[in-house]
Amino acid sequence: MIPILFIVSILIFFFTHLIPGDPARLVAGKDATLEEVNIIRAELGLDQPIWDQYITYMSNLFQGDLGTSLKTGLPVSEMFADRFMPSIYLTFMSMGWALVLGLLIGTLSAVFKNKWPDYFGMVTAVSGISMPGFWLGLILIQIFSVQLGWFPTGGAESWKSYILPSITLGAGIMSMLARFTRSSLLETLRADFIRTGRAKGLKESVVIPKHALRNSLIPVVTIAGLQFGFLLGGSVVVETVFSFPGMGRLLIDSIAFRDYPVIQAELLLFSIEFILVNLIVDIMYSMLNPKIRYVT
Amino acid sequence: MEKLLQVNQLETQFTKDKQKLKILRGVSFHINKGEVLGLVGESGCGKSLTSLSIMKLFKGTSGEISGGSISFKGEDLTHKTEREMRKIRGKQMAMIFQEPMTSLNPVMKIGEQLLEPIRLHLALNEKQAKEHVIFILKKVGIPRAEEIVYEFPHQLSGGMRQRIMIAMAMSCNPQLLIADEPTTALDVTIQAQILELMKQLQREEGMSVLLITHDLGVVAEMCDRVAVMYAGRVVEEANVFDLFESPQHPYTKGLIGSVPKIGQRKDKLTSIKGNVPDPGNMPKGCKFAPRCNEAMAICLEEEPHATDLGNGRMCSCWMIEEGRKNVYA
Repeated sequence: MIPILFIVSILIFFFTHLIPGDPARLVAGKDATLEEVNIIRAELGLDQPIWDQYITYMSNLFQGDLGTSLKTGLPVSEMFADRFMPSIYLTFMSMGWALVLGLLIGTLSAVFKNKWPDYFGMVTAVSGISMPGFWLGLILIQIFSVQLGWFPTGGAESWKSYILPSITLGAGIMSMLARFTRSSLLETLRADFIRTGRAKGLKESVVIPKHALRNSLIPVVTIAGLQFGFLLGGSVVVETVFSFPGMGRLLIDSIAFRDYPVIQAELLLFSIEFILVNLIVDIMYSMLNPKIRYVT
Repeated sequence: MEKLLQVNQLETQFTKDKQKLKILRGVSFHINKGEVLGLVGESGCGKSLTSLSIMKLFKGTSGEISGGSISFKGEDLTHKTEREMRKIRGKQMAMIFQEPMTSLNPVMKIGEQLLEPIRLHLALNEKQAKEHVIFILKKVGIPRAEEIVYEFPHQLSGGMRQRIMIAMAMSCNPQLLIADEPTTALDVTIQAQILELMKQLQREEGMSVLLITHDLGVVAEMCDRVAVMYAGRVVEEANVFDLFESPQHPYTKGLIGSVPKIGQRKDKLTSIKGNVPDPGNMPKGCKFAPRCNEAMAICLEEEPHATDLGNGRMCSCWMIEEGRKNVYA
């Protein structure tokens, strides 16, 4: 994990600096003279050779200093403080309901293949995937915030503010999980050991969850892990629609301003989160499949 | 002898694209108590489907019994509900399958899988149930049974897994064991061990066995009586000695003739020409007639009836039916 992060830090640093545009000019403002811009550039340390800049950045990083925002002049860690947790909460809420409902719909669709629960489930899944986030978000705001007044239209003040964004974010993921659960379970249900279970005299309500579902979960866990990683990175669209103070919008704003320290810190944080999620997925693989446990 | 299972004119069909396809076209045979009946025939003749029909294991397929009866201990299974069948499956009749590699749940410990039918069918407490698992594992010759229960199927060899399957099937003392090609997927030395084990358990428990196989060597080794199946029907039924001694049906003769014999030098193996007919496109008359060397005009027109040859022998062939008529006429 440490070597990966080291390589990632190099990539992030150099690619960030490859973004065209000059932060010194943006900080100095439109009317600044060339000299003023140069003074600011020196203050920000941007006139140093890029390798020196990287070494300075890394040594600060090891001391727990993520740098200072070029745009706001605030420490990056402070800017993250009030945006990180809302993004985490939103991710868990979206993922939570998407997992529960996705598994349920997928299982019912597979068990009642080509019967009405299957049709109903797959129509739900296709609609979930097809609806773009900004559209679904706006529709939800229109119905539940404006007309019914049940939920606030935006922000992240109380738990109520999280409901609509999490529905918007989770819809696509729930649909994907439902489809993967269905196809994986259908395949498992054809396996020989399912017939063995039935030949023992087991009920379907034991055969399906105990024997079939667990054997079908590996692809589902893979997809869920990937989606979880993406969610942690925040969603620009949903955060914009719900004016939600999350990490996604901060990243876009920072890129627009060439706010190098913020971009770098945020990308590094996403990488750590992604690596952690992948680690958890690997642990879950070994829990689900004893073969993986013994090979490694 | 008392009959344990009597299958009578059993018909099983599948529905595909709204078309009904009859695979079993009136299967009849019986198994006595404590007897091993071999069910033989080429691939695709309906042997496995016969066994699944007896257990009524059709879940997940479009299969259904569309005619005939299955009388088990005097009760007709065809009218039993799924709930009633669950009480019979695993307890009164149990099943072993061809593929030991895939017939066990890969993510469940051996002990846990063995406990399932015991918890379901036997009135034992948890401690007794676990002891019973160890007892039954030792009975099927599993070494270090106390450790194996904590292992997963992939840690065991094919032969060991088949022993586990046998243990699972035997755990609730069934009266009927259905073994669907139990040794086909194993290598020859292991085959012999598994057959030996099955024979020994069958004698000890006085259990009846329906042994499905296409290996006549296995039949000669294991069975008391044999039913030969062709194209969804039993064409000949006889005790094992009579069958090998004087096969009546041309198909049986062909099967026995195509087994290579040690000490008999042959440049070419004999085989039965042609293939098993497609269930959607059955020939008129006797289904074997197009492949039969001795076919007569009537064979192509009408299907022969089962003729009782006495001494528990039965055969469906026009040569026999017509021959009888001539004798009595």
